Amino acid sequence: MSPAFLLLLALGLGLAAWVVARARAWGFKRARPGERLAALPSYHGWYAALWVALPVVVFALVWSVVAPQLVAQSVLADPAAADLPTFGLQRETMLAEARAVATGAAPDVFNPDAEALVQPFREAIARFNIIGIVAALVIAFAGGAWAFLRMRPDFKARTKVERAVMGALLLASLVAILTTLGIFASLIFETVRFFGMVSPIDFLFGTEWGPDPMSATDNVDASRYGALPLFWGTIYIGAIIAMIVAIPLGLMSAIYLTQYADPRWRKWLKPMLEILAGVPTVVYGYFAALTVAPAIRDMATAIGIENASSESALAAGLVMGVMIIPFVSSMADDSIAAVPRAMRDGSLAMGATHSETIRRVLLPAALPGIVAGVMLAISRAIGETMIVVMAAGAAANLSANPLEAMTTVTFQIVAMLTGEGSFDHPATLSAFALGFVLFLVTLALNFIALRVVKRFREAYE
Amino acid sequence: MNELSAPSPAFGEEPAIALTRTPAFEARLKRRYAAEKRFRFFGLAAIVFSLAVLLFLLVTMTMNGIGGFQRATLTVPIRFSQAEITLPPETDSLGVAIRSLEDQGLPEFIEAETARSLGEEASRQLSPDAWRVVAEQLIDEPSMLRREVELDLPTSKNLSAALAGDGHADLQPLARSLAEQGVLAKRFDPGFLSRSDATDSQLAGIWGALKGSILTMLVTLALAFPIGVLAALYLEEYAPRNRWTDLIEVSINNLAAVPSIIFGLLGLAVFLWLFPNLRSAPLIGGMTLALMTMPVIVISGRNAVKAVPPSIRAGAMALGASPIQVVFHHVLPLALPGILTGTIIGMARALGETAPLLMIGMRAFVATPPDGFTDPATVLPVQIFLWSDEIDRGFVERTSAAIIVLLLFLLVMNGIAIYLRNRFEKTW
Repeated sequence: MSPAFLLLLALGLGLAAWVVARARAWGFKRARPGERLAALPSYHGWYAALWVALPVVVFALVWSVVAPQLVAQSVLADPAAADLPTFGLQRETMLAEARAVATGAAPDVFNPDAEALVQPFREAIARFNIIGIVAALVIAFAGGAWAFLRMRPDFKARTKVERAVMGALLLASLVAILTTLGIFASLIFETVRFFGMVSPIDFLFGTEWGPDPMSATDNVDASRYGALPLFWGTIYIGAIIAMIVAIPLGLMSAIYLTQYADPRWRKWLKPMLEILAGVPTVVYGYFAALTVAPAIRDMATAIGIENASSESALAAGLVMGVMIIPFVSSMADDSIAAVPRAMRDGSLAMGATHSETIRRVLLPAALPGIVAGVMLAISRAIGETMIVVMAAGAAANLSANPLEAMTTVTFQIVAMLTGEGSFDHPATLSAFALGFVLFLVTLALNFIALRVVKRFREAYE
Repeated sequence: MNELSAPSPAFGEEPAIALTRTPAFEARLKRRYAAEKRFRFFGLAAIVFSLAVLLFLLVTMTMNGIGGFQRATLTVPIRFSQAEITLPPETDSLGVAIRSLEDQGLPEFIEAETARSLGEEASRQLSPDAWRVVAEQLIDEPSMLRREVELDLPTSKNLSAALAGDGHADLQPLARSLAEQGVLAKRFDPGFLSRSDATDSQLAGIWGALKGSILTMLVTLALAFPIGVLAALYLEEYAPRNRWTDLIEVSINNLAAVPSIIFGLLGLAVFLWLFPNLRSAPLIGGMTLALMTMPVIVISGRNAVKAVPPSIRAGAMALGASPIQVVFHHVLPLALPGILTGTIIGMARALGETAPLLMIGMRAFVATPPDGFTDPATVLPVQIFLWSDEIDRGFVERTSAAIIVLLLFLLVMNGIAIYLRNRFEKTW
């Protein structure tokens, strides 16, 4: 029996309670014609339904965690489990095998010794299924009885229901805080464990990156955990190469669209530009690896550069820049639109040409907003993963040559966490430390940028 | 001075212009107009370049991808009347029936028939799964057993590569001669949309990944939509102005800008720690993506709720509606199109997301489509990523074909969002 079944049961019982309670409330109304109920009958229905369904849902969630453990315990108490190997992986695999057969997930046991456990498993699962359903029914009945006992013509069901709705609203908005806390907690926890093995100084300022996920954990070679090349690669690809592409193109697109383009054309051009932002990053990554990187390598060979690499910082940065264009463009668009029209008109009235007005009046006035937009764009570029994973390479190089392979923070997070390393190994944990640095940097960039945008808007309002 | 004190000349009259239009002025003006033109041209060039890159990307994917919807097949006449094969009873499940046909020697029979009509060498280049195609067709249409039929059977990946002009040099003459006979060709492969991942590019399909994507998106929608809408309503309609509300707002704005891979780390550290045996399940993937999508829905939802004019609320309140009734009976229905538009855009972003799902292990090789929310699965973008790592030439085409399918899905979703926005958006 799955938790889904209990949830469906909760839904069905709730519906039944809703129908019955609503009918009862109509009964009150018919019994005393002319008198008003304190709440509409449907609110009585909702009140009863909440009292029936909510406890069952909570029970279903708890039960889905508790039940498998109870089943396992009762199987272990069975005499057939006495000859199980006492410890370790073997015991676990045999139990898992027997469970798979008993639930019908696997047709046959692989290990004949597990055969004896299949029957106890079947019995225990059936027994606890019945216990679970009975308990759910009892809980539902108790909740329903409580709601029914409180039903009276003057019972203010609506205020109670509305209070529950308000509670749900508040809970929903707390999810955002919980998520932020969850991110902080999980990153900090693992990062502290990592810094217990490798000192933060070695990590932040070391220039050699080459963790070995297979090395022994008791003797960590901290000199292999210098993340400086990763930070440099991230900045070089995301904040330098990508921005050299995205800032001029995005800014000029925005200027052309808002200042020059015919409104009929703008209606079509703007959404088309936004399609660029909607293309999934894995598609850009594939494009960079399949088309752009080989083209750059061929070009490098053509101008006489020996053994150009097929993975290069330039390919990843260029494609990332193209991806960011619509983002920069829409931020610049907003900031230019926020500049008061009088400033533009004044400049034009003095005889300045359009381009002079834009360059000397509009852009300086919109500069804080544009800078904030560029900061947001950088924060997006350095957090971008798939393009660098597919096109930038794995070698940690501290170099300024854009034709060389370079690796980034996000690439290494993926590499460290999709390998074979165990969760206690510093190589795996280093991914969390890298994630923490990335999180803090993007957080700071966003925070400052949003502040700047806010102040900038206020200045012109 | 004299001219200025004279009665003002009519507009465009000679003397005033003659005073200012010195040759230096003319040159300066020319320069300024040239700069203006240049600037305007740069603006146009920026847009044209961006759109050209988009066009180039789409054209490259389409050109590569068309081949991915096809596969090389051999047309083989098969005399089933010669075979000593009886069909299993119709009550058997598909898997059992196929196994029974295998036991009766169908694979060997198909190979022999191919060798008879096309030669030994060609029969060795049939795909190891070619007989499965025959078995499925036989089960669909039992009357074939009494006839001679021509079937299109998939080839090995080596012959397929030879047909495209690369791969083993010694297979190329065979491929050329078979192609000239008209029996070897690339034909449309509907199975690409109904099969799952395989190690052989000839046998790979995207249905498993597509189903995984659909299941994951269902979980994401079921979590992110209600939570996002409720949070947006609370923040916009009820929240008191205090420090808590500010904290909620700041965290939502920041979550919207956190890199997606960080959500993957959260999913790995929290969700997989809570449910260790649900690794690579759509349930966990959907929960992770829901956390990422929720802020998008909240932000667009708040804008939609804000756009509902206060007079609607005042009117409802004046007729005696409670605050909850005002919002749920009046404000929410009016704001719903805007909220749905934001939701679809957020879902489209989640559908294309790869990095967080790599973190929680949805990158395993999954050869059967997932049956439920807790089965191991992969999703379309991750499948694209996995295939892009394959060296086999056939997978390059398959990858592009999968990208086309993904882009079509995104196009449809965004199209719906634009339609909703245009159809239901009201200006009060």
